[in-house]
Amino acid sequence: MSQKPIDEITGTETTGHVWDGIRELNTPLPRWWAWTLYATIIWAIGYWIAMPAWPLLTDYTRGVLGHSQRAQLGDEIAEVKAGQSALAARTADASLADIRTDPELLEFALAGGRSAFAVNCSQCHGSGAAGGKGYPNLNDDDWLWGGKLAAIETSILYGIRSDHDESRANEMPAFGKDELLAPGQIDAVADYVMALAGNGSAAAKGKAVYDEHCVACHMEDGKGNRELGSPNLTDAIWLFGEGKAAVVEAVSNSRRGVMPAWIGRLDRVTIKQLAVYIHSLGGGE
Amino acid sequence: MNLLSGLLLVLGAIGSLLLAFAASDKVMTFHAVLLLAFFAIGAYLVFRRKPAASIAGYQDDVIRAGAIASIFWGVVGFLVGLVIALQLAWPALNFDLPWTNFGRLRPLHTSAVIFAFGGNILLMTSFHVVQRTCQARLAGGWAGWFVFWGYQLFILMAATGYLLGVTQGKEYAEPEWYVDLWLTIVWVVYLLVFLGTLWKRKEPHIYVANWFYLAFIVTVAMLHLVNNAAIPLSLTGTRSYVVWAGVQDALTQWWYGHNAVGFFLTAGFLAIMYYYVPKRAERPVYSYRLSIVHFWSLIFLYIWAGPHHLHYTALPEWAQTLGMTFSVMLWMPSWGGMVNGLLTLSGAWDKLRTDPVLRMMVVSVAFYGMSTFEGPLMSIKAVNALSHYTDWTIGHVHSGALGWVAFVSFGALYYIVPVLWQRQRLYSNRLVSVHFWIATLGIVLYITAMWVSGILQGLMWRAYDQLGFLEYSFGETVEAMHPFYLIRALGGLLFVLGSLIMAYNLWRTMRGDLREEVDPMATPAAAAAAAS
Repeated sequence: MSQKPIDEITGTETTGHVWDGIRELNTPLPRWWAWTLYATIIWAIGYWIAMPAWPLLTDYTRGVLGHSQRAQLGDEIAEVKAGQSALAARTADASLADIRTDPELLEFALAGGRSAFAVNCSQCHGSGAAGGKGYPNLNDDDWLWGGKLAAIETSILYGIRSDHDESRANEMPAFGKDELLAPGQIDAVADYVMALAGNGSAAAKGKAVYDEHCVACHMEDGKGNRELGSPNLTDAIWLFGEGKAAVVEAVSNSRRGVMPAWIGRLDRVTIKQLAVYIHSLGGGE
Repeated sequence: MNLLSGLLLVLGAIGSLLLAFAASDKVMTFHAVLLLAFFAIGAYLVFRRKPAASIAGYQDDVIRAGAIASIFWGVVGFLVGLVIALQLAWPALNFDLPWTNFGRLRPLHTSAVIFAFGGNILLMTSFHVVQRTCQARLAGGWAGWFVFWGYQLFILMAATGYLLGVTQGKEYAEPEWYVDLWLTIVWVVYLLVFLGTLWKRKEPHIYVANWFYLAFIVTVAMLHLVNNAAIPLSLTGTRSYVVWAGVQDALTQWWYGHNAVGFFLTAGFLAIMYYYVPKRAERPVYSYRLSIVHFWSLIFLYIWAGPHHLHYTALPEWAQTLGMTFSVMLWMPSWGGMVNGLLTLSGAWDKLRTDPVLRMMVVSVAFYGMSTFEGPLMSIKAVNALSHYTDWTIGHVHSGALGWVAFVSFGALYYIVPVLWQRQRLYSNRLVSVHFWIATLGIVLYITAMWVSGILQGLMWRAYDQLGFLEYSFGETVEAMHPFYLIRALGGLLFVLGSLIMAYNLWRTMRGDLREEVDPMATPAAAAAAAS
C-alpha cells in the first residue's frame, strides 16, 4: 500500500483522491452509527417474525402473533358497543318521557345526542345549535313544527320537505314569481307583516291582502300554526333574515328549506337521543 | 450534428403546429403554441449559430441561466405558498374564482417549489459539480441548453395547466400525459448529458456527489414513467386515464411520492451538500467509507418506504409492515449524510462565526437530520395513527423542504453566483445573515405551529367521552386550527421576505456591486487577522 497523505488537522489518513480540491478522509464508520443501523435491522426482522410482513404467491406471512389490524378495529368498536349496549337497549325500550326522567338514561341520551348532533346536525344548525340564515335556531322556544319531545323526534325521523313519504311539508306560494299578487300588494303586505312584529303601523291595504292570502296559514293574529308548520310572524324571529326586504323576498319567491329524513341513516336509539338532547337545549316544551 | 438536431427541431415545430390546429380543447391549443415557440426559436438558434470559436473550458452559461431561473421560481413558489397559507386561514381569499381556488393553487405551489425551484437548483448544481469534479466540459454541446429550456417549458405547461384546470389528480404528478411525455424527453437528454460528462472525465474516480446525482436522475426517470402510465382519451386532447386503479394506484402513487422525496429532494440535495459544504469549509469530506455505506443503504432502503403513506387503509397489512420497517431502517442511512456533512466541518467550526453562507449550509444539514429522524418516527404505525391526515405531516414536510432543501439550495446559490459571475465576493454578507435569521425564524414558527395544530387536530379527531361517544365535530377541529394557520402564514411571510432579500443580494452580486461593510460576525481578533 502506498502512503496516503495525512490530513493535518484531524491526523486522519485521506483516500488520496482529489476532485476540484476536495479530498476525503478515510475515517472508519462511526460506531454508534453502525450499531444503531444494525439495531434497526434486527428490530425489523423481529417485527417481520411477529407481524404480517412478506407477500407469498397466494398468501402472506401472517406473523407469530396472528395480528390483524382489521380484526383489531372490529374488536375495539365491539368493545365500545358492548359498553353502551345495556343503556342502548334500555333507551330503545323507553319512551322519550321515561328517558327524561331516568337520570342514567338522560345522561346517556345527552352525551349521545350531543355527539350525534356535532357530527350530523351542526353543519346546518351550527356547533351551538344557534342556527343561521335559513336554518332554525334550536335553542329558543320558537318552534315551526312544535317543541314537544315527540314533535322534535318526528321532525328528525322524517325531515322537512324531505323525500320521505311521512315528511313534514308545506308550501308557501311564490306570490310574486307566480304573479298571484302585484308588486304594490306585496309591498303593502310586507308592511303589514312588519307591523305584526311590532315595526310600524298596519296599513289597511296590507291587512286586506293579508286577510285574503295569508291568514289561512299564518292565522288572524299572525302567530302561525304548528300543525301546518307556518311560522309565527309576531315574535321578531326571522329565519331568513330581518327587515322588510327579506319579507318582500319571502312573499315574492317563497322559502322552502329542506331537512333530510334521518330514519335509515341514524339508528332509532340515536334519533331518540337527538330528540332528548335538542329538547334540553332550552326551548323544549 | 447541428443539421440533424436542427431538423429534429423543425419536425417538432411542424408537429406542434399541426397539434395547435387539431387540438380538441383550448388548453391543448395553448400548450401546442408554447411547444411551437420552443421548437421554432430552437431551430432558428441552431441554424444561425456559427461553429463556436472555442469549446474549451467549462460550459458555464447554462449554469448561470439555471441560477437565475432557480431564484425566480423559488420566489414564485414561496409566494404561492404564502397565498394558500392565507387562504387556509381566511377562505374568502379563494375569491370564488376557479383560477385562484386553493385546489388549483396548491399543486401550483408544490410543483413550483419542488420541480421548478428544486429542479432548477438540481440542474444547475449538477451541471456545475459534474464538470468541476470530472474536469470535463459538459457533454453534448447545445444539449445542456435543450435540457434547461425544455425543463422551463415543462414547468410552464404544468403550471398553466393547473391554473386552467388540467390535472390528472395524482399528488406531485399532476401534469397530464403530454406534459409527462415532454418531461420524459427532456429527462433522457439530461441523463445522457450527465453520463456523457462522466464518461469524458479526467479523474480516475467518480466523486460521491455524482453518485447521488446519478441515482437521482435514474430513479426519478423510473418513478415518473411507472406512476404516470396513462392512456390519453385522444391524442389531441388533454385528458387521460391512469392505467392503475384502486389500491394498486394508491400504492404506485406513494411509491412515486415518497421516492420523489427520497431521490429528488434527498439524494439530489445530498449531492449538493457533498460538493458545496467541503468546498465552502475548505475541509476534506469526513468519511469516504461512510459515504459509500450510507449511499448504498439509502438507495436500497428508500424505495421500499412508500407504503407508510397508506397506514390503516385498504392497503394489505403486510405491505404496511414493510413500509414501516424499511422506514425505520432508513434512519441511519439518512443520518449518514448528516454525519458526513456536519463532521466535514471538524477543524473549520470557527468559520461558522464569520461565514453566513456556511452557517446556512450547516443549519440545512441539521434540519435534514431532524426531519429524517421525524420521518421514521411518523412511519411507526402507533404514531401514524395520530399524525396521519393532520397538519403534523405538513410541518414535517416543511421542516425538510424549508430547512433542508431550500437552505442548502440558498447556500449553493450564494456560493455559485460569485464564482460564475467571477465576483470577488457576494454583494453583502450582512444581507446573507439577515436572510438566514429571518428565514430560520420563519421555519421555526411554521413547524412549531404545525406540530401543535397537528397533534391537537389528531387528538380532537380521536377523542371519545367515557360513554364512548365522539367528543368533537369536524367543524370544531377546523375552528381550533385557526390560530395556528395564522402563525404558519406569518412564518411563511418571513420565509418569503428572506428569499426576496436573497434575490436582491444575488442580483447586485451579478451586477458586480460590492457593499462596503464590516462583517458583523467577525470578532476583533478575526478582523485584525483578516486585515494583516
